[in-house]
Amino acid sequence: MPATPLIAYAHVGKSFDDGRVVAVDDVSLDVAEGEFLAVVGGSGSGKTTLLRLANRLIEADRGRIAVEGEDVSRIDPILLRRRIGYVFQSGGLFPHLTVAGNIGITPKLLGWPQAEISARVDELLDLVRLDRSQYRDRLPHELSGGQRQRVGVARALAAKPRIVLMDEPFGALDPLTRDALGDDYRTLHRELGLTTVMITHDMTEALLLADRVAVMHGGRLLAQGTPADLSASTDAYVGELMRTPRRQAERLGALLPRDGAA
Amino acid sequence: MSPSADPRWSEAFSHLPDYLGSHVRVSVSALALGLLISLPLAIVARNRPVLRTALLGLASIVQTVPGLALLALFYPLLLALAALTAAWLGFSFSAFGFLPAVLALALYSMLPVLRNTITGLSGVDPAVLEAAQGVGMTPRQSLTMVELPLALPVMMAGIRTAAVWVIGTATLSTPIGQTSLGNYIFAGLQTQNWVFVLFGCFAAAVLALVVDQLLALIENGLRNRSRARTALGGLGIAALIAATLVPSIARPHARYVVGAKTFTEQYVLSALIAQRLQAAELSATTRAGLGSNVIFDALASGDIDVYVDYSGTLWANQFHHTDIRPRAELLGELKTTLAKQNITLFGELGFENAYALVMPRKRADELGIHSVADLGSRAATMSIAGDYEFFSRPEWAGIQKAYGLTFRAQRQMQPDFMYAAVASGEVDVIAGYTSDGLIAKYDLVALVDDRHAIPPYDAIVLLSPKRRDDEALKAALRPLLGRIDIAEMREANLRASGNDASSSPDAVARWLWEKIGIR
Repeated sequence: MPATPLIAYAHVGKSFDDGRVVAVDDVSLDVAEGEFLAVVGGSGSGKTTLLRLANRLIEADRGRIAVEGEDVSRIDPILLRRRIGYVFQSGGLFPHLTVAGNIGITPKLLGWPQAEISARVDELLDLVRLDRSQYRDRLPHELSGGQRQRVGVARALAAKPRIVLMDEPFGALDPLTRDALGDDYRTLHRELGLTTVMITHDMTEALLLADRVAVMHGGRLLAQGTPADLSASTDAYVGELMRTPRRQAERLGALLPRDGAA
Repeated sequence: MSPSADPRWSEAFSHLPDYLGSHVRVSVSALALGLLISLPLAIVARNRPVLRTALLGLASIVQTVPGLALLALFYPLLLALAALTAAWLGFSFSAFGFLPAVLALALYSMLPVLRNTITGLSGVDPAVLEAAQGVGMTPRQSLTMVELPLALPVMMAGIRTAAVWVIGTATLSTPIGQTSLGNYIFAGLQTQNWVFVLFGCFAAAVLALVVDQLLALIENGLRNRSRARTALGGLGIAALIAATLVPSIARPHARYVVGAKTFTEQYVLSALIAQRLQAAELSATTRAGLGSNVIFDALASGDIDVYVDYSGTLWANQFHHTDIRPRAELLGELKTTLAKQNITLFGELGFENAYALVMPRKRADELGIHSVADLGSRAATMSIAGDYEFFSRPEWAGIQKAYGLTFRAQRQMQPDFMYAAVASGEVDVIAGYTSDGLIAKYDLVALVDDRHAIPPYDAIVLLSPKRRDDEALKAALRPLLGRIDIAEMREANLRASGNDASSSPDAVARWLWEKIGIR
């Protein structure tokens, strides 16, 4: 059953500074409904630009992008963004709004009744495992980095989007928090039936969380596929990216033999 | 002497509701107007570097114009505008007092508000702006829900600065006819009433501090997101406005407004005229401390009803004559010219307040100087002081031309200080006023102008166009005409320049009336 992909990039291009910097070069990529796709690449690879083209934070120069079957250039960008969840690097929370105010912002923009927003905020605090009574009225600066990112995830999910875009969401966190948050999000993704595109520079994180991984380099899409597909790739850059997690896995396997089965 | 025993304190307090109320009213209006203009401008300019630079540059230039000059400039500007609207649109407005003061002060308040708003808005973290866009805010929602709330503390700091500037500068709006706490200061400086000067400065400072602290409370509340503090500050400001506005609204408006320029004699004469009107059961108030460039236009446009001017001043300044005529001829000509503008030259008070070159009597006798001509070549070794306008007036050019005088040095001085300066020998000659009481006090002598280089300066009563046929007003003023001689005026001026309880313009005016009323 070849369902239409939820997000479809077809020959998309974007350049900056009057064409001197090509950020995204003829990229075609489909994201199926319910899929968790990680886009991996170094800085300047064009991965963040690719993500932002989907909710029109950046406008494409060439090609066509479809979200839920609709050409995004024909959708009001404001309305488009309100129906797509977006998780920013290190939270991007509004410093003058409480946790509840931050989480409820998109529903508020959509004109939900206050009581409904309030109930939704509590529901989301439960989902991201933050204690309602304790965190609801706190300001972002009173939270730890991990808590802030949990609020960021809750905010992205507030208006019940089908699609969530994540821009290096766990990059700035300590490894333990990062691991816990990644697992928790993975569970949410599955339980809520979300379609997620996550940007990361960390191949290990991509392999552990995503169903499928796309590799960007110099604005081009070098490879895409399951971890197994990428393992088999003959591309030199992909091979280099895959070497780190593989070596880590081998070393850890040797050092911690009893954990191997987990 | 305890403050409570000195009637000047109670007199100062009796003016407080009026002066403070007007001061708050003009300051608040100016600040509100300034904000209304500056905030949208800053918001529009924040992402436009060229406009931003131009705006901040312009606001900085305005800031460098001295407050007094800025205020004074708005008067003729508005007067011209009022004439235009009257000619083209069929309506006119008063260019006097409130309006020019509000406009000039609003302009004055713009720099700190513009600068802080732009700084505050451009200081918002780009990541937060991106988030605002990402969650689906329109540019306007991003501005109102994110950017302005985040910039608010910095903006409030600018508004505080503007408020203090406006409250301070509003004291300078007295000369353009806006009653303010500056009335204490201008009147006090002119009549050497230091109680008034101190009272005015103190009241303005306290008002500025109170408003600043209330705004600080709001700022603090916004910074710490404490609604209680923000509300308390807002409530304080509202209460202050209400408290100062209520008495001045409740006060009945006087029918007649008596104008006065910025020197002692004018304060005394306007008080005398107001007392005469009140004695005739005509309600009257004085508008003292008006700039000499403002007062004539204010009369012509009916903002004031009556004031005392001097024939030579009008002749040279208002009608730009450079020739000098004999006394009666000049008065006759003035009367005709004024009548063309529907202004009534009601009559002379009886004395002249002319410019005269003045020296200590002792020194003049020693040197054998009795007339201006006697100064002759000695002038080259002497210094001369005059008031701020004297050296640019035609009288000075006339004296130089008629007598060929060149002095070693020229200095400009506050008129009240130059008599002491010449008495102490700090300067050799001053351009004084013949009716000034200090001439007698310091035993000075006015040198004879035998070549008639200085025009006559008869004190004359002028009535505004709408009072041309006001017989009640004329009847009340008639007893003053021709009754005040130079000796009496000098003594009145000397009394008024004293630094004690009996030296208020009102008290001196009563004394003067008793003196001339008996005859």
